[in-house]
Amino acid sequence: MWNLWMLLKNSGFFASGPVQTALIVGTCAALVSAVIGVFTILRGDAFAGHALADVSSAGGAASFLLGINPLLGFLGMAWIAAFGMEFLGVRKVRERDLATGIVLGAGLGLSALFLYLDVTTTSTTGAAVSVMFGSMFSIPQSLIGPALTASAGVFLLVGLLYRPMMLTAVDPDLAAARGIPLRWIGLLQLLALGLAVAVCALAIGAVLATALLIGPAGAAIRLSRRPAQAICWAIAIGLTAVWGGIWMAYESYYWFSGNAWPVSFFVVTLVFLFYLAAVLVAKVAGLSARSKPVSWPHCEV
Amino acid sequence: MFSSFMINTWIAATAIAFVAAFIGFFVVVRRSAFAAHALPLGAFPGAAAANLLGIDPLIGLLVFVGMGVLLLRQLVRMGRRDVGTGLVLVLFLGVGALLLSMTSAYAPAVFSLLFGEVLGVSDADLWPILGICALVVTGIALYFRPLLLDSTFPDLAALQGIRAARMDLVFLTLLALVTATALPVVGAFLVFTLLVGPPAAAQALSGNPMRVLVLSVVFAEGCIWSAIALSYWTNWPIGFFVGTIGAGLFTVARSYRHWNQRQRNFVVL
Repeated sequence: MWNLWMLLKNSGFFASGPVQTALIVGTCAALVSAVIGVFTILRGDAFAGHALADVSSAGGAASFLLGINPLLGFLGMAWIAAFGMEFLGVRKVRERDLATGIVLGAGLGLSALFLYLDVTTTSTTGAAVSVMFGSMFSIPQSLIGPALTASAGVFLLVGLLYRPMMLTAVDPDLAAARGIPLRWIGLLQLLALGLAVAVCALAIGAVLATALLIGPAGAAIRLSRRPAQAICWAIAIGLTAVWGGIWMAYESYYWFSGNAWPVSFFVVTLVFLFYLAAVLVAKVAGLSARSKPVSWPHCEV
Repeated sequence: MFSSFMINTWIAATAIAFVAAFIGFFVVVRRSAFAAHALPLGAFPGAAAANLLGIDPLIGLLVFVGMGVLLLRQLVRMGRRDVGTGLVLVLFLGVGALLLSMTSAYAPAVFSLLFGEVLGVSDADLWPILGICALVVTGIALYFRPLLLDSTFPDLAALQGIRAARMDLVFLTLLALVTATALPVVGAFLVFTLLVGPPAAAQALSGNPMRVLVLSVVFAEGCIWSAIALSYWTNWPIGFFVGTIGAGLFTVARSYRHWNQRQRNFVVL
C-alpha cells in the first residue's frame, strides 16, 4: 500500500491541476449518482434516468452556444425533461416507457440542432464529443464550486426525504396508504435525479452518465437487500471506478506511448466489470433470490 | 431537391421508414423503447471500428449490433431488464468513445454518425440497404402472428406453444438489422425516434393492429420525407427534424384522443 502511495505521489499524478479538478468533480459525480441511483433502480426508473442524461446533452450543447456555465445547461435541460415526462404520464406504468421514449427523442433532436449550431457558428468543433462523451481532464477549475453546490443539493433533498422517498420507491401503494404525497415525492426525486445527472454529465459526458447512475447502484442492489447498505456499496463501487478510471487514463499516456485513452472509457469499463463481479458474487452467495425484474413482464427472456 | 444525387437518399429513406414502422409497431406494443434506444448506440462503435480498419461501415455496424443483441440477452437474463439494457448501452458507447479517440475522424464525421446525414447514400450503399430491408420484411411476414400474440397476450402465446425467448430473439434480430441500415442515414440517436414516434402516435389513434400498422407506415414516411426536405432547405441536421416531428405527431395524436374522449364520442379509427 505504501509503495503504491509513493508510486502515485512520485508520478506527478496529484500534482497536476487537471487531475485534481477531475478527481473532485468525479468524486462528486460518484457520490450523488450512487445515492440517487439506488432509488432510481428500486423504482424501476433506469430508462428515465438514462433519458434525462441524454436529453441534458442538449443543455450542454446550448451552453456552448450561449457561453454560459455548462453545468447550468445540463441541469436546465434535465429538469425540463423531467417535467415533460411527468406531464406526459411517466407515473402510469403502461405509459411510462413510451412517454420517456418520446421525450428522449425530442431532446436528442434538440441536441442535434444545438451541436450543429455550435459547430457552424462558434469554433467549438469538438463540442459533440466533449458534451456526449465527456473530457474529464479539460473541466475548468471554475466549475468545481457549482459541482459541489449541486451535489450538496442532492444530499440535502435525499437527507430530508430519505424515509418517504425510500417507501415510495419500494412500495408505492403502502406509501399512499400512509398519506405520503406520491406526486410531490416523485417530482422531488426527479429534481434530485436531474441534479445528479448534471454533475455526472459534466464528469463523464451526457450519454455515459448512465454508467455511474445505474451501474454502481445496480451492482449494489445485488450485494445487499438493505437500502442503506446498498447505498454504501454503490458509493464504494462508484468511487473506485471513477478514481481508477482517472488514474488509468492518466497512466495510459505512458502505456500506449503518447496516446492517452479517454477517462470515460475506463470509468465505464470498470463500472461494467464491477457489475459483472457483483452478479457473480451474488449468485455464489445466493443473495439475489429476491431481486427479480419488475418491469416489462411480458418480454422476459 | 430531386436532383440525381438525392435520388438514392429518397429511395433508401423510404425503404428504411417502411421497415422502421413495422419494427417500431412491435417496439411500442412490447414496450421495449429502451432496447430500441440501446441497440443503435451499441452499433455506433461499429462504424468507428470499420473506419479504423478501412472496411465497409455496414459490416462494422452489423458485427457490433450483433454483439449488442447477444450481450443484451445475456445481461437481461442475469438481472433487471432496464439495468442490463442501460449497461450494455454505456459499455458500447464507452468503446465508441475510445475508438473515436483513436481514429483521425474529424468532428463532422462523428456528428453525422450520431445525428444523421442526408447526402450519405451512394449507389454501392443502396443495394445492401434495400437487401436488408427486404430481409426484414420477409422476417416480419414469417413471424407476424406469433410475434404479435406474444407481444399482446404472452400467456395465450405460451399456451399455443410460442416460446417467449425465441420471439424475443426474433424481435431483437429484426430490430438489429433495421438499426444497422438506418444508422448511417438518420444517425445513431435518431434511429430510435423513427422507431418510436410514428408507431406511438398511430397507437394513440386506433386499437386495431392492422390500422395501427398502416398509420405507422404513413406517419413514418411522412416524418422522414418532411425531415429530409426540411434538412435539405435549412441545412440543419436531419436528426433534429425527425426528433421534433416524431414527438409532435405523438403529442397531437394523444391530444386528439384526449379531446375525443372528453367529447364522449370516442371514434376508434
